[in-house]
Amino acid sequence: MNLPIGLVVAISFAYLALLFGIAWYGDRRARQGRSIISSPWVYALSIAVYCTAWTYFGSVGRASVEGVWFLPIYLGPMLAMILAWVVVRKMIRIAKTYRITSVADFIASRYGKNPVIAGLVTLITVVGIVPYIALQLKAISAGFGLLTGPSDPTLTEASVTWWQDSTLYMALALAGFIILFGTRHLDMTERHEGMVAAIAFESIIKLVAFLAVGLFVTYGMFNGLGDLFGRALNDPAIAQLMRFDHGATPHLYSQWFALILLAMLSVLFLPRQFQVMVVENVDERHLKRAAWVFPLYLFLINLFVLPIAIAGLIHFGPGQANPDLFVLSLPLAEGARWLALFVFIGGLSAATGMVIVESIAVSTMICNDLVMPALLKTRRFRHRRGGDLTRLLKSIRRLAIVGLLLLGYLYFFLAGDAYALVSIGLISFAAVAQFAPAALAGMYWKGATSAGVLTGLAIGFGLWVWTLMLPSIAKSGWIATGFLDHGPFGLALLKPEQFLGLSGLDPLTHSLFWSLAGNLIAFVVVSFYTRPGAREASQALLFVDVFDRSGGSEPVFWQGQARVDDLVKLSERFLGPDAARRLFAEHAADLGASSIAALEADARLVQRVETRLAGAIGSASARVMVASAVDEEPLEIDDVMRILEEASQLRAYSQALEDKSRSLEQATEKLKRANEQLKSLDRLKDDFMSSVTHELRTPLTSIRALTEMMRDDPDMPTEQRQEFLGIMVAESERLSRLVGQVLDLARIEAGHAEWHNSDVDMQAVVTQAVGSISSRFEDKGAVLEVRAGSHFKPIRADADRLIQVLLNLLSNALKVIPANCGRVVVDVVEDDDGVTVEVADNGPGISLEEQAEVFDKFRQVGDRDQHREGTGLGLPISRQIIEHFGGRMWVESEPGHGATFGFYLPRKQKDDSRAETQRLGERQ
Amino acid sequence: MKRARSSRLVALFCLGWLLFSFPVLSLWDRDVSLFGLPLFPLALFLLWAALIIALAWLMERGES
Amino acid sequence: MKKILIADDEPNIVISLEYLMKREGFEVLIARDGEEALALIEHEAPDLVLLDAMMPKKTGFDVLQAVRQKRSALKIIMLTAKGRDTDMEKGRALGADDYMVKPFSTRELVERVRRLLDQTESPSAS
Repeated sequence: MNLPIGLVVAISFAYLALLFGIAWYGDRRARQGRSIISSPWVYALSIAVYCTAWTYFGSVGRASVEGVWFLPIYLGPMLAMILAWVVVRKMIRIAKTYRITSVADFIASRYGKNPVIAGLVTLITVVGIVPYIALQLKAISAGFGLLTGPSDPTLTEASVTWWQDSTLYMALALAGFIILFGTRHLDMTERHEGMVAAIAFESIIKLVAFLAVGLFVTYGMFNGLGDLFGRALNDPAIAQLMRFDHGATPHLYSQWFALILLAMLSVLFLPRQFQVMVVENVDERHLKRAAWVFPLYLFLINLFVLPIAIAGLIHFGPGQANPDLFVLSLPLAEGARWLALFVFIGGLSAATGMVIVESIAVSTMICNDLVMPALLKTRRFRHRRGGDLTRLLKSIRRLAIVGLLLLGYLYFFLAGDAYALVSIGLISFAAVAQFAPAALAGMYWKGATSAGVLTGLAIGFGLWVWTLMLPSIAKSGWIATGFLDHGPFGLALLKPEQFLGLSGLDPLTHSLFWSLAGNLIAFVVVSFYTRPGAREASQALLFVDVFDRSGGSEPVFWQGQARVDDLVKLSERFLGPDAARRLFAEHAADLGASSIAALEADARLVQRVETRLAGAIGSASARVMVASAVDEEPLEIDDVMRILEEASQLRAYSQALEDKSRSLEQATEKLKRANEQLKSLDRLKDDFMSSVTHELRTPLTSIRALTEMMRDDPDMPTEQRQEFLGIMVAESERLSRLVGQVLDLARIEAGHAEWHNSDVDMQAVVTQAVGSISSRFEDKGAVLEVRAGSHFKPIRADADRLIQVLLNLLSNALKVIPANCGRVVVDVVEDDDGVTVEVADNGPGISLEEQAEVFDKFRQVGDRDQHREGTGLGLPISRQIIEHFGGRMWVESEPGHGATFGFYLPRKQKDDSRAETQRLGERQ
Repeated sequence: MKRARSSRLVALFCLGWLLFSFPVLSLWDRDVSLFGLPLFPLALFLLWAALIIALAWLMERGES
Repeated sequence: MKKILIADDEPNIVISLEYLMKREGFEVLIARDGEEALALIEHEAPDLVLLDAMMPKKTGFDVLQAVRQKRSALKIIMLTAKGRDTDMEKGRALGADDYMVKPFSTRELVERVRRLLDQTESPSAS
């Protein structure tokens, strides 16, 4: 005996308990809103539920017989996942939007929530999937038998009666386990977070265990891959396995193609794959990583398949041991019993993972799509108002789980010995592949109709039964094989494995070809010749255009009258009172209604209730229940078009509204800015006016006061009178200067100034300016020095204006220089682009803060006495003039060391210099 | 961007399909070994790995 | 003899006001900026200030604000060349006794000065 039975059983149960613990923890975290499965890695690992006991044990088995031919089953999913972002994402979006919980619901919902389609799909699934479940049971049972059996693996197992068979009890234990954490929630869109966490964990275990045995065999029993393959290539029988064509079978490439296609469709439409990939998806962005991590997982788990198969063949010799169990028998043969136990746990993971997800998924389908419609047909059930049915629903699902596992056991018991693991699995794959035309075309082709789907499915399924299922049963010895060899009633054309005389293909490819071809052709042809009903047409729109309809404007295809009360009662019945209350509260919150009582039973609410019910009992049953609870008007195709039109108008309208409000916002912003600018301009103008007023009134004050005093004082002494008259004359001059400069500045700023441009010789300008002011310098005992070269190139400007600027700078300098030792230097320098003129004085200089303000209007700096004659406008005007000619003006000074005012005039004026000047003027 | 990603994925799918079909597949189906490993299975696994890398690159590259 | 402080930075205005006030028989103090004005108010205790609103270093408003708290008896007439209502209100709010816009009538100014100074006299006389 390899290992004691008790130990293996105990460890297996401990492992299941651990899984349950993980599931429980996952559920608890989900309830707390801290999901442990919200990660692309967990998501990818959960998709790896694809790798069942079939992969774990069966791949090696297949590889040891057919070599590289185990690979297409994994290359198919690889190719399918390349398109996951396109196809699966759409499936996820549709399922999330319409609360679709199974592949049957997905297809039925697309074709007008047709209960017949839902039922047919479920039926096909159950019939197709039972062998697959049987396969898992068989694998565990065989592994268990080997692990606990006699040490010599070549001994055959003694047959047992069913009640002695541990497999039955294992199946029942599994059913109990699945019920424990699979059917706690009712609404499947609430997702089984715990289950997914457990499945992801199992995926890790099975990968690690398989890699462990692979490494053990390759590097423990042999000297690496080179050694292993070297020995394989020396044995012609084994070397043949490394080649594509290892037998005499024709049409090999079509078989290869068929297998890849089959696996590709299976990875999308197997109930458990749909469950983990679509229904349990937390965030569709996770798909981005899972799309390549899952193929990577497949790659890794397949790395050692060939080495183990070869090692088994070399070690045991061909035909001496069950190749399906090489992963266990090889370590056992080497005495590595603990490794074998670990590998067995890995296999248990693969098998239980599949059984758990598959039975949960299929039980939902059985409940929603087979049992519920039957129940709804009974009048008593439909007309019984009130009463919480959630318990009933759960019970149905639990019974369905037990029933599925028992059916699996039955199949295993009856037919299991006849077939290798892989062949059983392929039968299931071929059944599920029948869903592909209806589901895939349904997502992209609005013209597909329910009549087409029903015909296609019926024909495809019928051909599958005839060409694959019945032969497999017949070969197991349960029905006579006569029809295989001679056709029914002697009609050779209808022979299941050479249908219509097609021969040369292996049974699987043959069956797949006929069933899929029949299915597809019937589906397309009938779809072309039938018109979809209103409900179908509307569902087609919702499915095909699902990505266009995010946001609040999706059309609601429902019309009639409803009462909130009825809807509440209906929801309570199927969702339970708490979930129902939450549903209505959510709706009220979305609409901004104060309470549930304030809600209006409009189409949107009915739609919401129906969608939520669909999550609990499937869309077809939800449709029936809603229809029975409200007073609805039949939907005609015209209504669908009208509603669609309205929705698109609404969308266009809201789009336009959005655009409009955006442009309004922009306009408002612009106006606000313009207003700010106007306000600040207004303030500037006010400040300017106020300054001008101040400057005008100041000399007027003196003049008026002195005049009045002279009038009131006829006896004023003549000297006094002369002094006063002198002041009055000076102040009058100041007044007229001021008025002149204000007008000058206003004209320049407004662009009304007259400019008499000519080619100006800068040297002449400087000479003229210096000549007219030099006498005043002499009066003050100051030196005025000019440093200028000769032969300046002419500059296009107004000579008088430039003289005005120079005089302003010179008279400012004159004011600040000390008497008798004053010194002012005028520098004129020419370069290629223009002329720089600088006037440097040896006055007190200007502080940094004052330098910043020196060009501001009415901003006089320095000692008050020095600018009694100044108006505070000279420098601003000068700068305006220089800027008018495209130049700039500046001041440099260090307090205590004089100041230098300078300007630069470019020879070539920028075209926009005038505009620039004006703009600057406005800004001031 | 999204549309571009979708078309690239479809292109990669077609390429993958081509690589795993006749006649491209028959290129590797020879009685040859490389580094002591039989060419055909080795080629299948290498192509597979290359497809995974290409897919990962397409999916993980810059958010659209 | 009443002391009047003339605080203005315009020399010619100072000349005219000094002549005017002296003619009316007041003793005249002169400040050329806000700081000087504050110092003179502190040390010379004038009875009345003719305070220009726009002065270097400290504006008339600054002076007014600094002085008003301590010397409630001091009479202050604000003089401003910016005939803006807001200035007038600001002056009144800060506690100026009177407010005249330049250019003002000399007779009017003298009259207002006398009226203000008489007010201070009467309580002390009674």
